[in-house]
Amino acid sequence: MALKIIVCAKQVPDTNEVKIDPVKNTLIREGVPSILNHDDANALEEALKIKDQYPDTHITVITMGPPQAKDLLIECLAMGADKGILISDRALGGSDTWATSNALAAAVKKIGDFDIIFAGRQAIDGDTAQVGPQLAEKLGIPQVTYVKEFSMDGKEITVKRALEDGYEVIKLQMPCMLTAIKELNTPRYMTIGGIYDAVKADIPVWGAKELEVDLNKVGLDASPTNVFRSFTPAPKGKGVMIERDTVEETAKALLEMLQEKYIIA
Amino acid sequence: MNFQLTKEQEFVRKMVRKFAVTEVEPIAADIDKEHRFPIETVEKMARYGLLGVPIPKEYGGAGGDNISYAITVEELSRVCASTGVICSAHTSLCAWPLLAYGTEEQKQKYLVPIAKGEKLGAFGLTEPNAGTDAGSQQTRAVDKGDHWELNGAKVFITNGGYADVYIVMAMTDKSKGTRGGISAFIVEKGFEGFSIGKTEEKMGICASSTTELVFQNCIVPKENLLGQVGEGFKIAMSTLDGGRIGIAAQALGIAQGAFDVTVDYMKSRRQFGRPLSKFQALQFGMAEMRTRIEAARLLIYNAANMKDNNLKYGPYSAMAKLYAAETAMYVTTKAVQFHGGYGFTKDYPVERMMRDAKITEIYEGTSEVQKMVISADIFGK
Repeated sequence: MALKIIVCAKQVPDTNEVKIDPVKNTLIREGVPSILNHDDANALEEALKIKDQYPDTHITVITMGPPQAKDLLIECLAMGADKGILISDRALGGSDTWATSNALAAAVKKIGDFDIIFAGRQAIDGDTAQVGPQLAEKLGIPQVTYVKEFSMDGKEITVKRALEDGYEVIKLQMPCMLTAIKELNTPRYMTIGGIYDAVKADIPVWGAKELEVDLNKVGLDASPTNVFRSFTPAPKGKGVMIERDTVEETAKALLEMLQEKYIIA
Repeated sequence: MNFQLTKEQEFVRKMVRKFAVTEVEPIAADIDKEHRFPIETVEKMARYGLLGVPIPKEYGGAGGDNISYAITVEELSRVCASTGVICSAHTSLCAWPLLAYGTEEQKQKYLVPIAKGEKLGAFGLTEPNAGTDAGSQQTRAVDKGDHWELNGAKVFITNGGYADVYIVMAMTDKSKGTRGGISAFIVEKGFEGFSIGKTEEKMGICASSTTELVFQNCIVPKENLLGQVGEGFKIAMSTLDGGRIGIAAQALGIAQGAFDVTVDYMKSRRQFGRPLSKFQALQFGMAEMRTRIEAARLLIYNAANMKDNNLKYGPYSAMAKLYAAETAMYVTTKAVQFHGGYGFTKDYPVERMMRDAKITEIYEGTSEVQKMVISADIFGK
């Protein structure tokens, strides 16, 4: 089986190294190393696992960002991807999730045929988890987010979609879009030989012109989102602690609470 | 002159750093304590091309250069010097002589699986009575017509017992002396008459294997002669010229590792109401350490770059090894001192690093031998 897979990846600042400007309350990005977004590494790994099984599989990684985002594509190629395409143009700068997914949809259309698009759940810098789903909508293909397990039987895919307190099992047909979470797999490293090939590889750069994208749908001015403030959300509460005098009473109290909420009959 | 790493070299550092921190560092203290050879790490290094960095792709290697190779050993040794020397001995002392002196058949049969890491390599020169005086080989190889017969013993062989392929030096014609009398052979684990003797208990690099090799009427096929008859000493010395880049890189990695953990310790440890990092005496100590580390790094990368450019690099790799080994001892000793009592315990990695550093002043030519190599380049032999 020779599948065509597209992986969407993003270069993000390493949040372990990021500091917050105490006055402006924004991220200080200067001097912070850029890394392949964690969930995107899981997305690529799942594609590579398919390629391990079906070596004729072709994996194209696309990323949108400034020229230095080429390094991310080198990393993905050195891990085993076949092709990297950099979407980079001043006209695309400042795009929010809506404008970004417009550009990515145009890139996917330009690439042509595909069977699966893998993306990470969300990027650690913006944390929106919107670009993947928007891309699927714009391409008119089925999507499953938060994929934690993946299996394939011919062209039918079965995935487990993580929920906060469990999971859903979903079957879907190709072509489709899946967003990966870290539970899906453990990303492999680059190989040394792969690095030497990847640095020499031809990595095309597509701008707005190559994408033939409507300039009213990309870039800062076209983006409907405005960020007013960045802040750390309040941590989620501890939950309800039930403590009674005996184990039996504690269990009884728990049972009543679950029945009240119709979680159990 | 350009002191910037290439894009490839930067990526190699990034990759090996991540690999070392994730796969090697978490087990480094345990394998040291248990004196356990990390066979699982060898398999992982093979998968990612770490066991054939400077070997061309056509022979199963990664197709990298010698600076990338030095960076690989450095980054592994930064967290675990035992793992660093497993990679270095395999690559510099077994893969390289096969590449440089092997016939096409020998390269296909031995170098390809070694560069891919499917097989592990080792090198046997040192004997009980032939250490620094490497020319006094007592291991004999006799031409028996359809095969060679080896008798004798080698000591202190890194990767001994775990290696599948050994490059072994033996005297073929004592009358010709060191130059012309010694030949090199490719010996496989399992050859009749070849066995592994005593395993050494060591002060440091405790997770690496160091053993005796024993040859009792060992049968080596004719086609396993490496290079020409009588070329053994030349093969051994040129192999060690390159090996010194690997050991220098190991020493550099140990020094950098000790430096890095000491920086972290000094920021968190408080005495007299302030962190250690605020005491100028200690700050100056760290400045001295960092300066020596950077100087060692430049010497090593320069020697590696000369090797890549086919320049006469022997004296330069000797200077790199001499200085890097002394730096490793200097930095690790200070690092233990800066950690105080904690540094003397096995709860902190500097104790292991100081024990590991010492061997870099001894193997693949002691510091004194490096000075012999350097002074011979100044005054002639």
